[in-house]
Amino acid sequence: MDEYRILSPTGIVGYGFPEESFRAGLAQKPDLMACDAGSTDPGPYYLGSGKSFTTVTAVKRDLSLMVRAACELKIPLVIGSAGGAGGNKHVEREKGILLEIAEEEGLSFRFATISAEFDKDFLIGELKKNKITPLGAAPDITEKDLKDSSCIVAQMGTEPIIAALEEGAQIILAGRCYDPAPFAAPAIRLGYSPALSIHLGKILECAAIAAIPGSGSDCMMGYLGEDYFSIEPLSANRKCTVTSVAAHTLYEKSNPSLLPGPGGTIDLSQCEFLQETERRVKVRGTVYNTAAINTVKLEGSKLVGYRTVCICGNRDPIFISQIDDILEKLKIRVRENLSGTSSNYNLDFIVYGRNGVMGILEPEKNAVPHEVGIIIDVVAETQEYASTVCSVARSTLLHHGYDGRMSTGGNLAFPYSPSEMQAGAVYKFSAYHLLENNEPVKIFPRTHFTVRKGKLI
Amino acid sequence: MKTRLRNLAAVIRSKNSGPYELTLDIIFKDRKTFERVVTLGVINKPLVAKLYSLKPEQVLSVINFAPSCAIKATIVRPCGSGDLGERDVYGAQQHAPLMNLEFDL
Repeated sequence: MDEYRILSPTGIVGYGFPEESFRAGLAQKPDLMACDAGSTDPGPYYLGSGKSFTTVTAVKRDLSLMVRAACELKIPLVIGSAGGAGGNKHVEREKGILLEIAEEEGLSFRFATISAEFDKDFLIGELKKNKITPLGAAPDITEKDLKDSSCIVAQMGTEPIIAALEEGAQIILAGRCYDPAPFAAPAIRLGYSPALSIHLGKILECAAIAAIPGSGSDCMMGYLGEDYFSIEPLSANRKCTVTSVAAHTLYEKSNPSLLPGPGGTIDLSQCEFLQETERRVKVRGTVYNTAAINTVKLEGSKLVGYRTVCICGNRDPIFISQIDDILEKLKIRVRENLSGTSSNYNLDFIVYGRNGVMGILEPEKNAVPHEVGIIIDVVAETQEYASTVCSVARSTLLHHGYDGRMSTGGNLAFPYSPSEMQAGAVYKFSAYHLLENNEPVKIFPRTHFTVRKGKLI
Repeated sequence: MKTRLRNLAAVIRSKNSGPYELTLDIIFKDRKTFERVVTLGVINKPLVAKLYSLKPEQVLSVINFAPSCAIKATIVRPCGSGDLGERDVYGAQQHAPLMNLEFDL
């Protein structure tokens, strides 16, 4: 079996990568270029709103380098979780950028989009059949949660990508995707071990994060053989060590030895990590256990309201010594001062210097800092009402009289005028569940396109 | 001799593991120290619960991972990532209580 070379240009399309590293990768004649573009890390807003956490300019820069190279080398280019959250709107944005690049460069290729967004009625039917179960610490889901969601996607496995390649696509823009799938699918299709392909994909999807120094925006090369894989960063300033690669397997997961994904789990407990050269690490011994029941992971997000915030600070030792009490009383005062209005809002104070970063997890509960930063955080049904509540909370707190007050000029220092900022729509995750399903290709429909000399035909 | 965890580890970090769990990694500087800490059993579920003011069942696991000389603890997030009341969407700044833990090695 020939060694299969996979170039991972960057951790997320739109995070950028140095052209020098990229050219070093292309010089090694990769068989595949793949990139992950998504994550739930930035929170529920992006999935719910259909927006991306990367900008068009940054994505176009990265994608144009990748597309041009894929066309020159005549190799597949697979983008997973296109547009960030991987809903249809996100994939559509990425498709628009791809077509712009094709037109500007006069390129010719066949490409496919794969939808990962799910119809709510279908999911409600599956919920009634008990096919949807919470994942880990996620709460139970109701029919209403599904109905209220503005977007629900599932992470596809390797199967729909393999199908799109079989059907002749050279470039694939996949919706929400299991992160390793864009790297693993083309290799599995050619007969490489699923265990090694997925484990390698798991490392490559983060680009050079597994190197020292680590980077999510520099290129990494993977070399896949019959019973091993190796990885090496493409910037001469970085190297992979046994420690850096083994440490990476811990990142962002609950159990470092067992990594579950759609269709099965890879087991790393018997893995050997060997320092092959000064900058290259070889891995053997990954095992793949096919799941008895095939599942895909659902992610959903729903609108909860609109946010207005006010950022301010306080430097008064008397105020700070009573701050918890003052803010509790203030919540009551604000409610009184707004009686007769909707009253449907959530008012929260984030107090930096006290427990702003850790909230209820903060162990140092009695620290008295010399100054505090306060965010008055209001979420309500409309933007106008959120701003109303925030404004009333701000003016009430500014002039609030507390025990022993000396600084009667005002309790708050505002860095800005205007003091309130409208932060727009607020979403929350409404689904993080497993969907039992035995048709891993069919539930992720593919659409094929042909571009000739820059024109969609 | 008492020593702090930050002097024994190369990495002490926190990060989301999905929107409902937070995972804490301690990667030790060398295998000997890792093995010593594991043998002593000082990093365990009750300790993590105490450090983060959690109920025992909110500490989902504490796992030793020998290939990386690492101990990993996973806890339930105080709220779903980005929910009302969120303080750290990525969960990347919840590690500090581990740093000053003191042990007799």
